[in-house]
Amino acid sequence: MIGFSWLASCKPAAEEITSVPEEWFDINAFIKIGDNGLVTIMSPNPEIGQNVKTSMPMIVAEELDVDWKNVTVEQAPLNTELYKRQLAGGSQSIRRGWQSLRMAGATGRRVLLEAAAQKWQVPVSELTTDKGIISHNSGKSLGYGEVTSFATSVEIPEEVDVKDIKDFKLIGTDVRNVDAPKIVTGQPLFGLDLKRDGMLIAMIVHPPAFGMKLKSFDATDALAVPGIKDVFKVNTAPEEKQWSDTNAFTELVAVVGESTWQVMKAKKALAVEWEKDSALEASEDHERKLQQAINKAPSEAARKDGDPNKAFTEAARIIEKTYSAPFLAHNTMEPMNFFAHVTEDTAELVGPIQTPEYLRKSVSSLLGMPEDKIKIDMTRMGGGFGRRLYGNFGMEAVAISKQAKAPIKLVYTREDDMTQGTYRPAYKITYRAALDDNNTLTAFHIRGAGIHGGPVFANRFPAGTVDNYLAENQNVDSNISTGAWRAPRSNFVAGAEQSFIDEVAEEAGKDPVDFRLALFDRAINNPVGDDNDYDPERYAGVLRLVKEKAKWGQGIPGVSRGISAYYCHNSYVAQVVDVMMEKGRPRVKKVWCAVDCGIVINPIAAKNQIEGGIIDGIGHAMYSNITVKNGTPDQSNFDRYRLIRQREAPLEIETFFVENGIDPTGLGEPSLPPIMGALANALYKATGKRVYKQPFSQQDIVLG
Amino acid sequence: MVYLFSTKELIKTIMAAFTLNINGKSHEVDVSPDTPILWVLRDYLDMVGTKFGCGIAQCGACTVHLDGTAIRSCSLPVSSIGGAKITTIEGLSEKSNHVLQKAWIKHDVPQCGYCQAGQIMNAASLLAQNPNPSDQDIEVAMNGNICRCGTYTRIKAAIKTAAQDLS
Repeated sequence: MIGFSWLASCKPAAEEITSVPEEWFDINAFIKIGDNGLVTIMSPNPEIGQNVKTSMPMIVAEELDVDWKNVTVEQAPLNTELYKRQLAGGSQSIRRGWQSLRMAGATGRRVLLEAAAQKWQVPVSELTTDKGIISHNSGKSLGYGEVTSFATSVEIPEEVDVKDIKDFKLIGTDVRNVDAPKIVTGQPLFGLDLKRDGMLIAMIVHPPAFGMKLKSFDATDALAVPGIKDVFKVNTAPEEKQWSDTNAFTELVAVVGESTWQVMKAKKALAVEWEKDSALEASEDHERKLQQAINKAPSEAARKDGDPNKAFTEAARIIEKTYSAPFLAHNTMEPMNFFAHVTEDTAELVGPIQTPEYLRKSVSSLLGMPEDKIKIDMTRMGGGFGRRLYGNFGMEAVAISKQAKAPIKLVYTREDDMTQGTYRPAYKITYRAALDDNNTLTAFHIRGAGIHGGPVFANRFPAGTVDNYLAENQNVDSNISTGAWRAPRSNFVAGAEQSFIDEVAEEAGKDPVDFRLALFDRAINNPVGDDNDYDPERYAGVLRLVKEKAKWGQGIPGVSRGISAYYCHNSYVAQVVDVMMEKGRPRVKKVWCAVDCGIVINPIAAKNQIEGGIIDGIGHAMYSNITVKNGTPDQSNFDRYRLIRQREAPLEIETFFVENGIDPTGLGEPSLPPIMGALANALYKATGKRVYKQPFSQQDIVLG
Repeated sequence: MVYLFSTKELIKTIMAAFTLNINGKSHEVDVSPDTPILWVLRDYLDMVGTKFGCGIAQCGACTVHLDGTAIRSCSLPVSSIGGAKITTIEGLSEKSNHVLQKAWIKHDVPQCGYCQAGQIMNAASLLAQNPNPSDQDIEVAMNGNICRCGTYTRIKAAIKTAAQDLS
């Protein structure tokens, strides 16, 4: 560090500041500025790998008009008075945060301008800013650091202008992950890395099967393991449940000790008796029940246009196909964990949680403690994918800390993590399409069933493109808990729908891109119904873009191509996937991906999200599943649960953005769903056979 | 990994002193002999860069070097390593400037970042043995390291950049 120099600070220039501020000033909830011009921007939302800790502060920095080199980012704690929607879910952080982040930055800039105007006794209108420097048209200038102390007492104007998007300097440039230097050197960042004085390690033992509950336990052998402090039963069910309290097992045995390995050993030594509480289900039961559910019509349709029955009766040809997919575990690389320190009248929680606000409500209910006595800090998360929406591990940490009367860090083993449920539901869906003599689509029928809810989005494509349309959902109950998993429902529907559309296009003798574009044309020019949940122009836009970039229609020797397009989480994605067969096995050579997410905040990271979603989608479509026997998952670790690995990843992914200046939408999920369809379509071209069941690698044509 | 179930056997394994050479420094720990290196690093020496992912040597998050070779520290008991030199992500470079660390930042590889220390340690071992790996060499060497976020194409690109920087 170079020492602080008053002279240097009086001679402002847009360059990297290397001094340390003597004092920081809070400009607003998002911005602190030091007296040397350094800026700290608070990142409000939980970081699960979707890169909001970089992209959200970028939006503030853009409007504040500071040099990113002089910005430090800090993770904000849960504070519902200062921040709105501190949640990571639905790819909504950027979309829902866009306006407030811009206003936070613009308001910060404005109060600094007001302070400079007062100091110089000139009107604000005569001042401009650039990279943290305020200039007056007389030629004089000063740095933000020189007025930051005055800025805190300036009255905040009621109306503040944000920039014209044409004037963006930082948004749209490649900014690297703010935590990358710590990640690549192994510095503490994650919940599991947390350590406090006097902290003990805790683990839980949960029933070995869905449908079983705790009967009794004998802790003698467990307590004999060196370092073990306590073994006891905990109940983690709050009196007042939030939606995030989705959890199959609320009565558990907790083991508390000095170190992780000791507790792991004690857990193995613990003698527990379980008893049956409800049915011990098997995957065959789910398969049968899902099939029964889609064999019959529900009492009420999710959407009905025209007269589908009549149209199918009069059809020249009917195409009907059924698709299915298994339970999936989230498998964040960082297993569930949480730190809790519960005292008589306060609770401190630190850890990886996508829904801190809801966790606090549930903790408040569990402890009978007012929310303002409960503090939650968020750590960087080693993956989320929806699993950390459901904070049962936070509740467990709280219940254990309370009973142990000590600060504890709850740690899950991989087996604890993979066998507790909150899975992506198992699904089944049947599509039916009616073609007339001219091969025009005259009717479309979707009936889907899922564990704890059907997957069908009634108002999404192809709703609006066909006169006679019927969408139906069926629910199948189970004692296996399910929940949101990266792109909920879309993660199954997109693959099924885009495979089916491909098959219908082929039956109609049409090119699959032209077939889809004709449907979008119908939705643009003469839509059926008025509550269609997509913009057909943007939908067609990504399809046209990927068609052009991938040179769709031009054959490449040895390469089989599939295409898909899907809209979810407010973003539009179209993909072409090129598959080669190597020694009888498919390998993805290249994925071409067109995306319309409006303004792209940070292209290098946006592309990373898109690439990740594609690889994740290929992996889960090809390889992954949870199957169940006697209520027990067959897969409990990565020896049997297969995740995609380096050798199976695409060789290349190229992403193209639609540039339209529309307010930004999210990217954590939208690239995953359609790749499953594009891949299935390419596999068909490669093998001559269509795949209807995930994981594809367990189908005989594509043994993985 | 052998787990012990009877009290008698557990008592037999209580605590012994081990001197470990980690990142060029000597460390004394008093732990049970079956404690994996992973937990010695994380719980007793506060070096948390080495990550816990699966505990059965299937994901690679816990990769460290033992005398320069990548191993899975979750499945290696402290009693088994003797005087071998351990290198962790914290000791990969003195000034955070290993070619792989620089390449990882250049390519903006991490998403959640949790698996990346293990990926980098595994890649460092690869480059030490094969400074100019082909795509296929990289795929084979890196196949044991899982990334749920799906950063594989960037990992491969970063390793190739690092290899170029070495030459």
